[in-house]
Amino acid sequence: MSRAALRILDPGPLSTIQDLGRPGWFSIGVGVSGAADRRSLKLANRLLGNPEDAAGIEILLGGLELVAEGPVLLAVTGADAPITVDGVAHAHASVISLRAGQRLKLGMAAAGLRVYVGVRGGIAVDEILGSRSRDTLAGLGPDPLTAGVALGVGAAQAYPWPNVAVAPVPSMNSGVVTVGVLLGPRDDWFTDPRSLFTGAWQMSDRADRVGVRLARVGDGPPLIRINDKELPTEGMPLGAIQVQPSGEPVVFLADHPITGGYPVIGVVVTPDVDLLAQLRPGQHLRFRPAPS
Amino acid sequence: MSAITVPTAPPRILPAGDRSVLVATDDDADLVAFIDLLRHELPSGVDDFLPAAQTVLITMTDTADCRVVEQRLRELFRSAQASGGIGTAAQPDEIRTIPVRYDGPDLESVAAQLGITVREVITAHTRALWRCAFIGFAPGFGYLETAEPGLAVPRRAEARTSVPAGAVALADGYSAVYPRRSPGGWQLIGTTDVRMWDLGRAEPSLLRPGTRVRFTEAALE
Repeated sequence: MSRAALRILDPGPLSTIQDLGRPGWFSIGVGVSGAADRRSLKLANRLLGNPEDAAGIEILLGGLELVAEGPVLLAVTGADAPITVDGVAHAHASVISLRAGQRLKLGMAAAGLRVYVGVRGGIAVDEILGSRSRDTLAGLGPDPLTAGVALGVGAAQAYPWPNVAVAPVPSMNSGVVTVGVLLGPRDDWFTDPRSLFTGAWQMSDRADRVGVRLARVGDGPPLIRINDKELPTEGMPLGAIQVQPSGEPVVFLADHPITGGYPVIGVVVTPDVDLLAQLRPGQHLRFRPAPS
Repeated sequence: MSAITVPTAPPRILPAGDRSVLVATDDDADLVAFIDLLRHELPSGVDDFLPAAQTVLITMTDTADCRVVEQRLRELFRSAQASGGIGTAAQPDEIRTIPVRYDGPDLESVAAQLGITVREVITAHTRALWRCAFIGFAPGFGYLETAEPGLAVPRRAEARTSVPAGAVALADGYSAVYPRRSPGGWQLIGTTDVRMWDLGRAEPSLLRPGTRVRFTEAALE
């Protein structure tokens, strides 16, 4: 079914295989995982004629270099990393054709945090519990890529040919990003949950696929608990804004723990989780109430 | 003609984003019966559900109509209550036996905190029949609860950065076995060689919610 099609020469700071994750395993303690910015992975797959859930490579910041071992079609989406093939620049969110021996190289992204490389046919690695995603918290799925690793590609004969050469995609926002939040389930644990929507927050440098820790910018009001009662452990959805005893929120991304013991003041709406996954340390964001 | 009303509390369905809700109730028996029903007939539009201490998180597919799903969850909850709060599990719950060497670094301090001897901690831990209430924290990490009181200790003030696989632990009234090496804040009382999580098995997790567990004492090496 699969053939060695790509060889990794340099994985950059961190590159993992991701698809849309493994839903349905909460009963044995396994979360969904999958691409942190699902929209960008889906776009790469659509450009290539793949099903949206085909596996691609998620790269932190850029720096990946690979060589084609046979003819392949690729698309690069997500963060704005410069793309070259044998030194020649290529467009973001376009269909890129490589012959055997040609090298694709990504520079470091100027904006955004995660780059996606899709390949026609999808990356073919063994599925674990129905998914090819690396769950960095649970330690499931294929190991992060290292130099020298060869990747197979799935059969694509049944897929329609790509009919778009390049997709118009707005640049990554490197300024203040606004994300929508629905309050709850534990907003009643705070004296004024709506203070979440006042002022701005800053991404700390403690950000990974598990979640992003935020700090207050300026003199925005802190999040104050009504008491310090213990919350019995409960399930945590993707995008949950969990408030630590320090008052600083952590927003949960793809590899978040499925349960937690701190109250969740609100949850970032699904489409905006993709924006969060592209925020860089130091970047500012605002929360606004999402229409329910 | 008026319907006969049963004095039962409706569930609280709390919003948890645009794709999930948290079903909360104060009645443990209602919750167990509700989870049992979910296991047998997952409502259309529901992706998965996650039982925890006093709640169930319900996650929906992108296309689900949350209002329709909520309505269906309320109906299911009412049926669960009408069943008398007794689980209708199709299969009898399994009992897993886990041999433990009681050699954990926190064993003596746990005994001191409880005001009993180390021997009494071991006796209480092996005498109790434990039930897996839910799985969380890591794949295969089951929160085991028991009707027998006496082993409730808090978590450690400071978590360890690395707890080995097979460490048997206590915290917050639960017992658990770490399925793999990970950070951890529970009090470690022993070690087992039983593999809690193994992707080579048809059932990777030794435990599921509802599984019964009996700990036995293995000889120290």
